Amino acid sequence: MKRLNTGLLLLAAGLLLLQGCTGPQQRPEDVPVEERSINGDQQAAAEAEAEGAAGAESTAMAMAGEFSVEALNNPDSPLSKRVFYFAYDSSDLSPEDQQRLAAHAQFISLHPDISVVVEGHADERGTREYNLALSERRARAVERLISVQGASREQLQVIGFGEERPVALGRDEASWRLNRRVELLYSGY
Amino acid sequence: MQRVLHIFCFGLLLWGSLAQARLEITVAGGAEGALPIAVADFAWQGEGTPPENIAAIIRADLARSGRFAPLSDDKLVAQVRPGQKIDFSRWKETGSDHLVIGQVQQQGTGYTANFQLFDLLRGEQVTGYSIPFSTIQARRVAHKISDILYEQLTGEPGAFATHVAYVTVDRRANKTASYKLSIADADGFNEQVILTSKQPLLSPAWSPDGQRMAYVSFEQGRSEVYVQDIASGKRDAVAKFKGLNSAPAWSPDGSRLALTLSKEGNPDIYVLHLQDRRLVRITRSYAIDTEANWSPDGKSLIFTSDRGGRPQIYRVGVGRGGPEGRPQRITFEGRYNARAAFSPDGKRITMVHGNGGTFRIAVLDLATNNLRVLTQSRLDESPSFAANGSMIIFATEVNGRGVLEAVSVDGRAHQRLGLRSGDVREPAWSPYFQY
Repeated sequence: MKRLNTGLLLLAAGLLLLQGCTGPQQRPEDVPVEERSINGDQQAAAEAEAEGAAGAESTAMAMAGEFSVEALNNPDSPLSKRVFYFAYDSSDLSPEDQQRLAAHAQFISLHPDISVVVEGHADERGTREYNLALSERRARAVERLISVQGASREQLQVIGFGEERPVALGRDEASWRLNRRVELLYSGY
Repeated sequence: MQRVLHIFCFGLLLWGSLAQARLEITVAGGAEGALPIAVADFAWQGEGTPPENIAAIIRADLARSGRFAPLSDDKLVAQVRPGQKIDFSRWKETGSDHLVIGQVQQQGTGYTANFQLFDLLRGEQVTGYSIPFSTIQARRVAHKISDILYEQLTGEPGAFATHVAYVTVDRRANKTASYKLSIADADGFNEQVILTSKQPLLSPAWSPDGQRMAYVSFEQGRSEVYVQDIASGKRDAVAKFKGLNSAPAWSPDGSRLALTLSKEGNPDIYVLHLQDRRLVRITRSYAIDTEANWSPDGKSLIFTSDRGGRPQIYRVGVGRGGPEGRPQRITFEGRYNARAAFSPDGKRITMVHGNGGTFRIAVLDLATNNLRVLTQSRLDESPSFAANGSMIIFATEVNGRGVLEAVSVDGRAHQRLGLRSGDVREPAWSPYFQY
């Protein structure tokens, strides 16, 4: 029970923080703040949003309301972000991505029928087998973060693809940064 | 008898693969200090044309090794039949130290190749052989002759009559890809595809007897390790545990496979006994442990681990029941050392050596700890020694495409094995086949 409480606290913290990074996309639904921002100057609106606890709260409420299955197809939902990027030879998630994953965790735990494949990938540098292991470690880092916040591990399947499935075929950092990633693939909805 | 049987078996194996080679070899590096040798065109005794230009294959083999500088075709004095009187002084004027002459005789449905090696300075024969063969074995006979010449003149066995396994990838416009696992002669000829898949294939590893290949296939949507009998094509998934199943490496006696499995949550090294499928865990760490490779005596494994924060090579003893002793780090130079492989004599290891954004092939002498970087490229991978330890084949990229290259252990001779289109990668040089 204690663990569950901690999980909920983490989740709530995550959702509060989430507001900061998804603000621009959230605005259309963010009614009280949005009305003023259209009439007023944009910077003032941004400042109001950045400091305003009310704004954060309303975002969180809007998201909770959004967490129906349709949210997966809503480009404004934090669930629309399903690719997470990593630094070279690292499996550390940015604070922003940790917050986004908190939203996924909540969604997945609320929908036990949904299953998610967590695919890890690496860029082409270094050896293929090490990259296979590295990509799995990235996927496990994402899986751990989702499951620790309440989603069942039964719903999650981790696969490491190493450098075998690049999305960008260039041989420079511009491509490599896109290839160092974890993708969440939802099914069952 | 041994040799005849050997050739016969391989003939069976490649019976359907007379198609033109698709890997093209370019000798890209210098031959400074190479031994000058003249290989005269072999005389032909039979109807029509001989099955192959044996002398041309031998000349190409010797040149590729970087140890020899065969006399170019236009400087060859004359064709000489074994038994004919040889004008040694004329051959000596070409600057060659040695002369090879030979002939191919048609005998019923088969052939016999005779050849002799002469020391031009002494004016005497060094060695001579007679080898029967069939049409399909013509290239192989030429490679066997190259092996004999190489051993006579360098004191080390040749590795021309060996093979290379590799993976080719064709990316289609509709974003699908075709992966092929192939084997070919060490000079790129006689390519034979042994597996085709729409999903990634990697890490081919020859069994020590050359009869089977272990590899990683994603055909079931995730990594699994297979063992395939090369002649029959029969295959078996030997590792499909939860998580990663990868990096197979044969024990020198062929009875076990070292593998990387993450079924306990983290990639660790295991040893799978193929007979009874018994699994023995070798490493236990929170880090990545992968890319195991056996010492030639079968008593230890080297592997890549980032337990120290960055990928480096470690060594651990292997007993019947598990590890013996704690893994010891053996690479200290460079930020990234991975995918190490032992030389056949166990005295050196080759690996991918990363420093300052480049990944190059290096050789570490285990007695002196002297590390030597052999390449100047940017993204080298998958080094493996030739069976005689003289060269290392590896994958790299040239103009955005994956190609194979081979480099001599002293770094002097380079050769490139490229495809006309698509990528080639994951080379594995075969051991000597033992029948």
